[in-house]
Formats: sequence, C-alpha cells, structure tokens
Amino acid sequence: MNTASSMGDHATIGRYETFSYLPPLNREEILEQILYILDNGWNASLEHEHPDRAFEYYWPMWKMPFFGEQDPNVILTEIEACRRSYPDHHVRLVGYDTYAQSKGHSFLVHRAR
Amino acid sequence: MSTKTYDAGVKDYALTYWTPDYVPLDSDLLACFKVTPQAKVSREEAAAAVAAESSTGTWTTVWSDLLTDLDYYKGRAYRIEDVPGDKESFYAFIAYPLDLFEEGSIVNVLTSLVGNVFGFKAVRALRLEDIRFPLHYVKTCGGPPNGIQVERDRMDKYGRPFLGATVKPKLGLSAKNYGRAVYEMLRGGLDFTKDDENVNSQPFMRWQNRFEFVSEAVRKAQEETGERKGHYLNVTAPTCEEMFKRAEFAKECGAPIIMHDFLTGGFTANTSLANWCRDNGMLLHIHRAMHAVIDRNPKHGIHFRVLAKCLRLSGGDHLHTGTVVGKLEGDRQSTLGFVDQLRESFIPEDRSRGLFFDQDWGGMPGVMAVASGGIHVWHIPALVTIFGDDSVLQFGGGTQGHPWGNAAGAAANRVATEACVKARNEGVEVEKHAREVLSDAARHSPELAAAMETWKEIKFEFDVVDKLDAA
Repeated sequence: MNTASSMGDHATIGRYETFSYLPPLNREEILEQILYILDNGWNASLEHEHPDRAFEYYWPMWKMPFFGEQDPNVILTEIEACRRSYPDHHVRLVGYDTYAQSKGHSFLVHRAR
Repeated sequence: MSTKTYDAGVKDYALTYWTPDYVPLDSDLLACFKVTPQAKVSREEAAAAVAAESSTGTWTTVWSDLLTDLDYYKGRAYRIEDVPGDKESFYAFIAYPLDLFEEGSIVNVLTSLVGNVFGFKAVRALRLEDIRFPLHYVKTCGGPPNGIQVERDRMDKYGRPFLGATVKPKLGLSAKNYGRAVYEMLRGGLDFTKDDENVNSQPFMRWQNRFEFVSEAVRKAQEETGERKGHYLNVTAPTCEEMFKRAEFAKECGAPIIMHDFLTGGFTANTSLANWCRDNGMLLHIHRAMHAVIDRNPKHGIHFRVLAKCLRLSGGDHLHTGTVVGKLEGDRQSTLGFVDQLRESFIPEDRSRGLFFDQDWGGMPGVMAVASGGIHVWHIPALVTIFGDDSVLQFGGGTQGHPWGNAAGAAANRVATEACVKARNEGVEVEKHAREVLSDAARHSPELAAAMETWKEIKFEFDVVDKLDAA
C-alpha cells in the first residue's frame, strides 16, 4: 500500500542534459561513448564552462574539435588536460555530426568541483 | 492542327485514361490506390475511372473538352498490380501532371485525389495508399517551420530522444492545478509537457489563464533544473483569427512551442499556422485527432503515410505516429516506413515498409516522430530501438500514474531513457535485454524501481487491424 511513509520524494537538483540522470560515467564508460561517436563518423570536441553560466548555449571550446582523430585515448587525455586546466568548470564531450549539421551526442564528462 | 471531332455520349474511361505504356515523368505526382471494384467492372476500367474522376474526366464527353489539350492535363492509370493475399482488390498506379495542382497547396492535392472519386459508384471501396510528391512540388511547400536540427539546437538537447507527457486528467483541471501538474513533471526530468488535444478553451479552464500558469511552471522548472523546457500550448481554435490570437499570446508568454490538430483544424489553418511559426521562431507540435477515422480501414480511406507526408509539406515540427507497443494501433514495419518519410531526405521504395515510391524531400527540414499513447518505463527499451533519437517519447499515465507523483514519474522516465541510450551506444541490444538494462538503472534510482514495480503486468497485446498487405 502506498502510504505517506512508504512514499519517496523526488528532490529537484541542477542537471546537465543527456546522462545527467545517471551516476557519473567512469573512465571505461566514457571510452565507450567516445567509440560510439567515432563509429558514427562524428568529430569529437570538448567544451567547458563555469556552473554559473552553464545554462547558456555557448561554452568555450577546449582547443579545436578533434577533426579526424580516431584514437579514443587521445580524446581521453584531452578530457583530463581540460579538467586540470579548469577544475571549477563543467566539461562536456560533443560529437559533431557533419551531415545533420548538429551535435549527434553531447554529455558531461566532468562535473565542476 | 487538331484532328479530333466532337462525339457526344459516354465512352469507356479506359479508352482515354488507361495508358499502360506511359512512362511517368520526374515531375508527375504519382499515386497508388487500392481499388475494390464493383462486380463486372474490369480492373483497367476501374483504374481508369479513378484516374479520370480524380483529374480531368467526368461521366460523359463534353464539347469543351476539345478547347484544351486534355492529353497534357489528364491523369493516367499506368500500372495495375495484385494486392498480396487479397483477390478482390488491386493496386492502381496513377500519374498526374504537375500543373493540375496549385503550388504549395496540400488542400488542392487532396481535393483532387481524395475528392468525389471516393464516392464513385464503380468502385466499392478505395484507399489512397501512397503519393510520390515530385521534388518540383515539394519545393513549393513551406514544410516544417523549424525542423529537427533547429529544435535540437534551440532546446539544447542532443544524443537522445526528447521526453514529454500529456497532462491528465485531460479535462476538468483548473488552470492553476494544471500548471502544478506541468511544473512537477518538468522539474522531475521531462523536456516537454503537452495540452491534451481536447483542451482548447473550456469553461473550467480558459486558454489565457492556462497559458499564464503553464508559462510560470515552465519558467520555474527551467530555472531549478538548469535545462530548457517547454509545454505544447494548444492553439487549436474555432476560427483562424482566434488561433492566431492564442499563438501571439503564447509568444508573449515566452513559450518555445505551441500545438495544433491538423486534421480537425484543417490543412488551410495548419499551413497558415506553420508559416506564422516560421516567422516567429516558434516550434509547432502536431496532433492527429480524427486520423483513425480516415486511415484505419485497410480497404477504404487514406493510409496514414499519406497524411504524414501531407503534414510534412503543410508544416509541423512534431507529429504523432503511434508507438507500435502502447495502447493504440500500429504495425511496426509500416510505422517505420512513415517515420522515415517524416525525418529523412530521400527514402527509396520499400514494399516491406509499405512505401510504393521513391520520395525525395530535397532540403526540406524533418519532423520529429512523437510516440504517444499508453506507454510507460517498460516500453522504453523498445521505443528507443524503434524510434531512435529523433523522436519524442510522450507519456501520460506512464508519468502521472507513478505512486510518488509526477516528479518521480518523470525522473523514472528520464533515467530509463538515458540508461537505454547509454547501453545502446555501448552496443547492447536494449530491446532484447530490456529487463537487465532497466533493472541495472533502477539500482541507482528508487523512482525507476517504483515505476517498474507499478507497471510490471501491463501490456497491450491486441492484433493490429490495419496490417501491411502480405500473401
């Protein structure tokens, strides 16, 4: 029976779109998503922003999109470098889909400390 | 110099309108009808009669036929095929010259193709199965006001289906209580909420009052979650003037999206509203009330794939397509066929999906497929597999029937969807491994665990009435 005491409460918290309702992805899980991006022929790219401005469309790019990069470990290394440079920023990984002229994928790989 | 002379009387249609040697032009509008003729009417005569009555012909010769070049304007029946598994009906393929139709007018195309001919005595039943719109004609239509890519960019959502829910109970809530239901679902994790199609402006909740409270609910949920949200404000109205008044107010409220019922509202209203949306940066959600009256009978009416193509041309950013798995009718292959027509730019003929022609959409934007009707968390693995990312999974009771309420129900929907997308990207066949994927996700989400427990027994397994024709 659904009584007040057996009922749960859903608290609202700040979210960051795709995958932000799942536990943070670990290194292996991020690697799987990088492979998904590369297998689709998309270009991986990193963006970062301070949580106060995270709602805005444009986050600063980290370097350039990794055009043509097929090695997922290179992208993992860049995620790490971006995170170290901006420890108080969120970092998200994007897959640019040239044909759809859109992002095929986009999710947070690092939550600001 | 013309050699024709006037010969009054009634001629067989087939003499003029059955042209088996005709090779259709790229610019012809092609149609495939399923014809069930009256006894003793030959297939050729019945097909020709359909071609004639839906283009230039009438039942008798008239002298003024000779004042024009009817060979240039007439529709031609050019092919006849058996219907697999059906002896009494056949497919008739008809080519119509482009100049028979006003540019950019779905109204005009339908008035010809599904006009008087559907009441014609020589056929017992008639169904328009498919239309090939030539690219020449497609380019005269406005199409979706924004399209899939623009909607993603504006709503800032990538790599997953959108999630929505229709507010329930669908009739009878006050505007403030209604806004409460909206707020709870959006803060819980849905992207969109929706007015039920029946909600227009009734005594219990007038439209202006609803728009204001709903906009407040959207604004607050957006602020608290940090994610972009919307509510399809239904502007379907008794008159076009009233419809535009509501659309303008929705814009004033800052709404990103409005909705319209394209069949009950009509194509003229729909096309005008789509044009308004294009000019005003407003997304347009399209509901399809009345479609099953037109498309469900396998022998008579219009197949939904035709209505879907017409909507893409008339304009809409979302269209309801059924779910395959929920409470409403829908054959899987057939659904995949018209979902392609909404979203892709070129779709080749594929009889296994009910597509009778190649269809080239050129650069026309795509329409999001909306899977709505009796769905809940257990359906999500199949829905993600069937509909892919460019879709809206639209819940109702499957969010608001959650034992802890709307916010928890929304969170359960969102967790399940993200878990399925993540697993799919990792190469897991999520439809086959639905139970593992969902159970695994539920370990981190008590909301999802409660939803899975609530709906574990619910299925909708009835036979489909409108199946694809097969031997």
